[in-house]
Amino acid sequence: MNPFTRINGLVAPMDRANVDTDMIIPKQFLKSIKRSGFGPNLFDELRYLDEGQPGKDNSQRPLNPDFPLNQERYQGAEILLARRNFGCGSSREHAPWALEDYGFRVIIAPSFADIFYNNCFKNGILPIVQPEDVVDRLFKAQDAQVGYKLDVDLENQTVTTPDGETFSFEVNEFRKHCLLNGLDDIGLTLQEADAIRAYEEKRQQEAPWVFGQIH
Amino acid sequence: MAGKTLYDKLWDAHVVSERSDGTALIYIDRQLLHEVTSPQAFEGLRLAGRKPWRLDTNLATPDHNVPTVLDERSTGVSGILDEISRIQVQTLDSNCADFGVREFGMNDINQGIVHVVGPEQGATLPGMTIVCGDSHTSTHGAMGSLAFGIGTSEVEHVLATQCLIQRKMKNMRIRVEGDLPDGITAKDIVLNIIGRIGTAGGTGYAIEFAGSAIRSLSMEGRMTICNMAIEAGARAGMVAVDDTTLDYFHGRPFAPKGELWDKAVESWRDLVSDDDAVFDQDILINAADIQPQVTWGTSPEMVRGVGETVPNPAAIEDEASRKGVERALEYMGLKADQPIESIKLDRVFIGSCTNSRIEDLRAAAAVAKGRKVSTSLKQAMVVPGSGLVKRQAEAEGLDKIFIEAGFEWREPGCSMCLAMNADKLGQGEHCASTSNRNFEGRQGFGGRTHLVSPAMAAAAAIAGHFVDIRTWQEGNAA
Repeated sequence: MNPFTRINGLVAPMDRANVDTDMIIPKQFLKSIKRSGFGPNLFDELRYLDEGQPGKDNSQRPLNPDFPLNQERYQGAEILLARRNFGCGSSREHAPWALEDYGFRVIIAPSFADIFYNNCFKNGILPIVQPEDVVDRLFKAQDAQVGYKLDVDLENQTVTTPDGETFSFEVNEFRKHCLLNGLDDIGLTLQEADAIRAYEEKRQQEAPWVFGQIH
Repeated sequence: MAGKTLYDKLWDAHVVSERSDGTALIYIDRQLLHEVTSPQAFEGLRLAGRKPWRLDTNLATPDHNVPTVLDERSTGVSGILDEISRIQVQTLDSNCADFGVREFGMNDINQGIVHVVGPEQGATLPGMTIVCGDSHTSTHGAMGSLAFGIGTSEVEHVLATQCLIQRKMKNMRIRVEGDLPDGITAKDIVLNIIGRIGTAGGTGYAIEFAGSAIRSLSMEGRMTICNMAIEAGARAGMVAVDDTTLDYFHGRPFAPKGELWDKAVESWRDLVSDDDAVFDQDILINAADIQPQVTWGTSPEMVRGVGETVPNPAAIEDEASRKGVERALEYMGLKADQPIESIKLDRVFIGSCTNSRIEDLRAAAAVAKGRKVSTSLKQAMVVPGSGLVKRQAEAEGLDKIFIEAGFEWREPGCSMCLAMNADKLGQGEHCASTSNRNFEGRQGFGGRTHLVSPAMAAAAAIAGHFVDIRTWQEGNAA
């Protein structure tokens, strides 16, 4: 996983509530057995006017000119500004894979669906929760100014606007630590192997039917 | 000190270690695997040179991609026509073989939708922590377990460590009290709940479904409710253990036997919330207030009673909500204030991890018996949740009822719920579906999904449009 420390990134808007993971990456692209290459099909049904398929040459497909990511001013965006309950629906990690592959490293929204929120941290994406009124102001500010960038500093847990206004955000200590250092949390958990084995011994005494049934 | 909720008990019993930041390492008793969210997890193990922590805890079966047409299915995995689907199913087979994970292959009688197979086999049991790379893992909470969906990185984490790092959720209880009116099913209850609390209403919570109407449900009905907890935003839904739970699991293939069964039952009896347990949110619903539910929009919270009309955005003050309703009506091709019963259908799908168990098929067959699917429909299909459900349905003659009525009778799999295989909607087509998500494009590019119960779907197939199962049955007895 790529470490995340601080970025000063272009902001792109996704102005609708309840953006679900089917919308972020439609199911036909979930047939891949890889983790990479989902970026060109991020928001496929909103971004293109025709139906996307794996293997189809995306450069030949008709683009939806109204979709922000197709507009010149949002090219190279790294921060996605979104509405409430972003990432609801399925647990598919292909959703953060697609966002990351496209180039997004930060998503700012009033709220996120739980599984999606969790999946972001596993993939070097920082999801930031801000109050609805702050998000509203950011939507208006980015709309008013081409090239609108935000400075996101994970170490200090701040988002700073071009005017110098600063918002702080919450992030769990452990997730922050992993993200800052690009750490693989499996390795960290395996450092507790003895505790896991001790738990298993106790569990085997208390609930032996949980063990050995499937073979 | 206040008593514990069911969720508190399940959580406490699985904590391996606690951290100062409020997260904990929790132990996972069972992991279910399918072909879509596991390949990258196995690949991760391989790249890191890791092996599964335990083998006797994992159970795999392909479900999302598998064809449901008998001809294609009977040629085996190598005969799957869609090349990338075939590769994904083959990859699950080879990963399970390489790592020694137990798998029910595509044409094994025990194969099926992972959330139907788990309980049916007794592979998922009360008191367990259960995960799967699939958000509808919440289904298994119906048996008094802590079950939730995870992403692929966490699938790999569980394979490698048998644990997950989690933060404890808050407790919500939703009590549905009173006798369920005739024609009202578990699906109507859960859609009604989602309509009330919204698709983010349960975010951050584990929801316990309780009350006399929930207790009166079969295990199948409870699974339907918990299955859709995630559509209310809650990763986990659950129902306390009672005699219905114990009766369901007794004698299942992977369930404990003999003395071990008795010991398990003794332990499972405690899987109820204490009388003095405190919930962060407690919601009460009167069962008598629930009508048969039909979703009209592009989110499960966009739902109304069958006797009602589609909403009128002009009546909505909040701008964001109004825009959302306008966009949904446009996508769905519906007019403001249009009666739900006037929505005409192109296809009907009875299946999915929400409603493809034997009780669901019985309910649909009871409506279809002696009747014919409307000629205005392009297709009506029934997809059983597993090979065993299919066999049971055929033993009861349900397949003949469906076929005579004009339904297609398919092989088990996820099918048109998410249209990863060939079963999908065409652009602009309306479908009455017993599945769980009506998102844009979910059942096919430009497809329009209406979520309903199995009986409502069967009745809609026959009428060609939505009908109120409560009154329609009386007026149209065969």
